[in-house]
Amino acid sequence: MSSPSLINPSRPPVFCPGCSHENIVKALDRAFVNLGLAGDQICIVSDIGCSGLFDTFFNTHAVHGLHGRALTYAAGIKMCRPELKVVVTLGDGGIGIGGAHFLAACKRNLDLTLIIMNNFNFGMTGGQHSVTTPKDSRVSTSFLNQIEKPLSVGEVAAAAGAPFVYVCSAYDKDFSRILEEAIKFEGFSVVEVKEICPGRFTKWNKLTPKMLEEAAQSSSFRGLVMENERAEYGQAYRDYLASLSPINRPDGIKAQFEPIETKRYEVLILGAAGQHAVTAGGVLALAAMSAGLRVTQKNEYDITVLRGPSIAEVIFSGEEIHYTGIKSPNVVIAVAQEGIDRRRSVFKALSADSLIICDRGLELPDSKADLLEVDFKSLGVKKSQRAFAGLAVMAAMNRGITMDMLRFAIDRRYDSEKIRKEMHDMMKTLSQGVIKSGG
Amino acid sequence: MSTVFWGGNEAIAWGAVDAGCRFFAGYPITPATTILHTMLRVLPPNGGIVMQGEDEIASIGFCIGASMAGYKAMTATSGPGISLYSENISFAIACEIPLVIVDVQRLGPSTGSATRGADGDIQFLRWANTGGFPTIVLCPSTIADCYSLTIHAFNLAEIFRCPVFIASNKEIGMTRETVDLDKLERPDVIDRKEPPEGQPYMPFRVAPYEQVPYFLPVGAKGRLSRFTSSTHGEDGYITTNSDFIEKQNRRLEEKLAKAVGEFTFYDYFQAIDSDTLVISYGITARSAIEAARALESLGRPVSLLILKTLWPVPEDLIRRKARDYKRIAVVEMNMGLYLREIQRVLCRDDIISITKMNGTLITPEEIMEVLSK
Ligand code: SF4
Repeated sequence: MSSPSLINPSRPPVFCPGCSHENIVKALDRAFVNLGLAGDQICIVSDIGCSGLFDTFFNTHAVHGLHGRALTYAAGIKMCRPELKVVVTLGDGGIGIGGAHFLAACKRNLDLTLIIMNNFNFGMTGGQHSVTTPKDSRVSTSFLNQIEKPLSVGEVAAAAGAPFVYVCSAYDKDFSRILEEAIKFEGFSVVEVKEICPGRFTKWNKLTPKMLEEAAQSSSFRGLVMENERAEYGQAYRDYLASLSPINRPDGIKAQFEPIETKRYEVLILGAAGQHAVTAGGVLALAAMSAGLRVTQKNEYDITVLRGPSIAEVIFSGEEIHYTGIKSPNVVIAVAQEGIDRRRSVFKALSADSLIICDRGLELPDSKADLLEVDFKSLGVKKSQRAFAGLAVMAAMNRGITMDMLRFAIDRRYDSEKIRKEMHDMMKTLSQGVIKSGG
Repeated sequence: MSTVFWGGNEAIAWGAVDAGCRFFAGYPITPATTILHTMLRVLPPNGGIVMQGEDEIASIGFCIGASMAGYKAMTATSGPGISLYSENISFAIACEIPLVIVDVQRLGPSTGSATRGADGDIQFLRWANTGGFPTIVLCPSTIADCYSLTIHAFNLAEIFRCPVFIASNKEIGMTRETVDLDKLERPDVIDRKEPPEGQPYMPFRVAPYEQVPYFLPVGAKGRLSRFTSSTHGEDGYITTNSDFIEKQNRRLEEKLAKAVGEFTFYDYFQAIDSDTLVISYGITARSAIEAARALESLGRPVSLLILKTLWPVPEDLIRRKARDYKRIAVVEMNMGLYLREIQRVLCRDDIISITKMNGTLITPEEIMEVLSK
């Protein structure tokens, strides 16, 4: 199985005389030919620098992007076009600047072939040191390479999880076969090619093909890395997708009940982490929606989600709600000191018509509002349920929502029969408790 | 009426699905993360691909790759992520790669406040590319806007082959609101144009009287596609022909600047007997609506122009609407970033600027206070 050469005759290589890149162009073409690949079955994604010229030499699909990012474009392409052979060319510069992408690609194991053209320096920009420059080399960036340790690309690739790593030189007599193997490999394959850059590096440093071959031969990376063998990412992804069933946009809620009122109605739930204030806000929203009202909800909690206040602001109205901020809540449900303390300033804004439903024992700032203290503990309501219990009290008192609306919201929100029943039972206990206490 | 209770981020995700998005990649960042979560919930079951990049650069890179391969793609982040997207934004502009980028803005500068809103990136989205090329920036005010503007954003990305931004805000993205499904605007979905069969493909050649080249995806059969970040000729290879380069760069500018009339989205509420026009956008426009209502009931009516296309600046619209007003005010949740555009377009230096930059909403009362002076 072989195909015609894919070399682009109108774009001959333009490298400095003696540049190893030329060998790679030829070997890569031979590999394509031997694998019987046509140009439209391949995409070459090249990086920046002299290795960034590679996309132009072949008649294949081609992408030339930004420095260090070639692996990211290649990943997007391969995920969408799994049938394409995607070959990425990077220099040692690209491995440095694109280090995070290199590690991630090794870890991910998407079926890409990465050819790292390692000539130990930045050729195109003038011989600066790169992540692979040996300590004793002379480079255009003075002493900077002497005080760093060069990176071993093969070791990094293997440590990061690449299942195929080959370290060779551009003068290996089997070079095109190595590339063939890498392209054929179903997974992320890394080929580090040690090279000579006469334009820059060997102007100041002695390096011969023989020296490179010796260095490459002493490497233990010869293809398969057994401990990293595993399923290819794209295939694993597609297998997982095949196990999912399509989902549709959720159905909307239609009005079931008459609203108690259609004026703007604001509810503020002041709780602490673990009290499900945000979830309670969502249930309240559903209750209001069941009466055909418009609703908005905003939440506040600390970034360390298991500590600190947890606050929900819910507004409902028969009209469009424009301003989503809380102005003067009609009802405040206060079930934790953390929440109250975070919003102390709101209490000043409460009017005589406002109602505060407050857990017994919490300290509240002064306000004009009506206060209903509920001893949730003695009613058997756990701390984590008190935000929701506040809603039950609201409903029992016909403030903003009715018991029917709240029951609808619970059934809509929770699939589990057990939770529904628990909630309905709690509503009963609380409505009796509230009536008893004369609230 | 049939309502769902969506956050802005969720509405963007559903809009994307309905626009034909088949690829999403993102990196976690508050307040945009719930777009990643929602996309992960809804796209893979419907055959799409969602990835979490190793960083923001990878996320947008994946999307660019996917779009080059012919998939409609979207990414989402907040201001700090836009900083990291910047060089790839330039790449998408240069290579004319359709892409939707959501910025759920948060209070800056820098890391700023992850959970506080602002509209502080709106100039950044326009200028975060090398060369100063124009971009399209759409700006939702409501959760319903998030849905329909996302579909528009995909359509515009396809039509003009460019990145299109949605300038959301924490106060929209993470606020939940009832959305009436029966009233939701659902624009028709538009796809990029593939080159006619049987002709050699020139990746950056435009047909006569056209401004946008045909799009051949990477992986197409029988013909080869090419994308390069380098200054390129019609054939997609590097060029030094300065006549062509000039023409190409002018085209990149004109294809958007001249077409903005086709995608100028806005709301206009005209008050009778008003000498004042309030211009606003984003979440702040909603405070302006409430302020306008209240002022009207006080016998001091103001008209209101809510911009939903911020870039390219809809200059014609702004000039037309502002013509008859003595007083113009711009209300915005930043330090006066769009004010300068309005000043420039109207050639006026007497424009009232109402701004706030502390992570809290501008209230209707604050607007009224200034306007009733
Ligand atoms: S500078 Fe070095 S890498 Fe670049 S073409 Fe010349 S020899 Fe090759």
